Amino acid sequence: MFIGSLQSNPDTSVGGAFPSPANITGENYSNINNSIDLLKGLVNSGVFTGGVIFFTVVFGLLVGYALAQMQFRGKGFVFGMMLLVQMIPFQLLLIPLYVMIVRDYGLADTYLGMILPFAINSTAVFVFRQYFMQLPSTLFEAARIDGASELRILWQIAIPLVRPAIVTAVLLTFIGPWNEFLWPFLVTKDQAIQPLAVSLANYISNIAATASNPFGAILAGACVLAAPAVALFIFFQRQFISTNIGSSVKG
Amino acid sequence: MSLRSAGGPATGDTAGRTVDQRQAPRKRKNFLGRQPLGLLFSAPYVIFVLGVLAYPLGYAVYISFHRFFFTAPGVEVDRPFVGLDNYINVLSDPEVQRSFANIGIFLIINVPLTVGLSLVLANALNRVTRLKTFFRVSYYVPYVTASVAVVGVWLFLFQQNGLVNAILGPLAPNPSWLTNSWLAMPTVALYVTWKQLGFFILLYLAALQNIPDELYESASVDGGNKWVQFWNITVPGVRSASVLVTLLATITGANLFTEPYLLTGGGGPDGASTSPVFLMYQKGILQGNPDVAAALGVVLVIGVLLIALIQKRLVGGKED
Repeated sequence: MFIGSLQSNPDTSVGGAFPSPANITGENYSNINNSIDLLKGLVNSGVFTGGVIFFTVVFGLLVGYALAQMQFRGKGFVFGMMLLVQMIPFQLLLIPLYVMIVRDYGLADTYLGMILPFAINSTAVFVFRQYFMQLPSTLFEAARIDGASELRILWQIAIPLVRPAIVTAVLLTFIGPWNEFLWPFLVTKDQAIQPLAVSLANYISNIAATASNPFGAILAGACVLAAPAVALFIFFQRQFISTNIGSSVKG
Repeated sequence: MSLRSAGGPATGDTAGRTVDQRQAPRKRKNFLGRQPLGLLFSAPYVIFVLGVLAYPLGYAVYISFHRFFFTAPGVEVDRPFVGLDNYINVLSDPEVQRSFANIGIFLIINVPLTVGLSLVLANALNRVTRLKTFFRVSYYVPYVTASVAVVGVWLFLFQQNGLVNAILGPLAPNPSWLTNSWLAMPTVALYVTWKQLGFFILLYLAALQNIPDELYESASVDGGNKWVQFWNITVPGVRSASVLVTLLATITGANLFTEPYLLTGGGGPDGASTSPVFLMYQKGILQGNPDVAAALGVVLVIGVLLIALIQKRLVGGKED
């Protein structure tokens, strides 16, 4: 993919899969950048993904801690709900969410409209709960007797102990919105706010036919879109593997 | 957690017994549980689930039973109850029938291929000791990469004068892969299989860790060769993972949108690779019939549930 993105002429023979110095150019990157603003697209993807991760981590830590280490009325209800919502298929929500968010609330072409349906990832909440459960509850009881507020216990005792859970949850949450296509595609019509995946897809289906080297340009855009995700996952690959093992066992 | 149990620590938490129970505001405190703040901590999540998941779920069913159309916000219009009209409309639509048949083709190719390949590859990967990291990374790179990005590569490979046809030479299908009404859907299915493989390999790798080594040892003492071991120990050993993999593959199939939208220009040629979700988009949002699209969504989800039940019977029968 990377090699193809550097070729000035699309080489579709078998040899084209290997780099040849004569055929290398950065032109494709500037070509695609002229059609769709790559940097802007990356920023939009970043805001969308970052927003989802922010809500998931902040509210997920709160509810995960509450479910694992606090006794309160309705806890069973919240936990049962968390298990149930993981089974709601998005196809059912597609139309009503579109009606609500785009039509009724007028959130088309806003970051909020993009983020809202994904704002709290229930799988991540589950991960937080599992990690908080592993901590001995005597630790928290002791802090309560000493008069620490719950928020302070969470911030000063619980969160520092579950750092790996936060990395796991961030990785787990990252793939979804970064690669999500359908929802932001429905919500954004204005190119200035589209995540890169959406603008690249629009390029593939609309503009590519008129470009001189469309595949080079598509591959160049694809590289820009893929690079952050791949880099992140190679960097954190150990956590990623244990994440999948953990989530698969719990279903 | 009723009021009756509020007098003592009988609410199931044994850890909190050391806390002094004889404080003055005890009654009220215990009515909401020992840490009523937990309610506050859970509130954002509960509001999110009710507002963005539960309410739209009910709304989808409501829309599917009414004549529903888009209006400007705040405009009051009459949206009469039409009973099953939308459902009849959906089920009698040849385009919809075609899209469900397409998903059938997709599943017939995707599910066995995914289960077979990921199990065999995970098994092989489990024995590899060197370069383990390299193999793992190379499997999950396609999985973490956006579909939109990888589709570019496949377009490049499978276009009329693409790499695959260049290798096949005169054997290349005509019309080419993505514009051939027989090959378009299988190509999409192959693409999704390849893209998702890494994730399913990781699932199987996790399941393989749970099979005790003694089983393999005793089998080799009894003279069972590798094939016998694979078939009699590995395959039954990962049955619960297989149930999960087939279920997830089915859900992927039912969610199919991005791949046919980009690979075959929105379900071409002539509807040979349309997916139900693509039709939901087309009918609901492009053509302004959200009621029909919502009914299609309900039908689709019921279909997935039925298939999941059948799969569970077939694959995981013994376990339940």
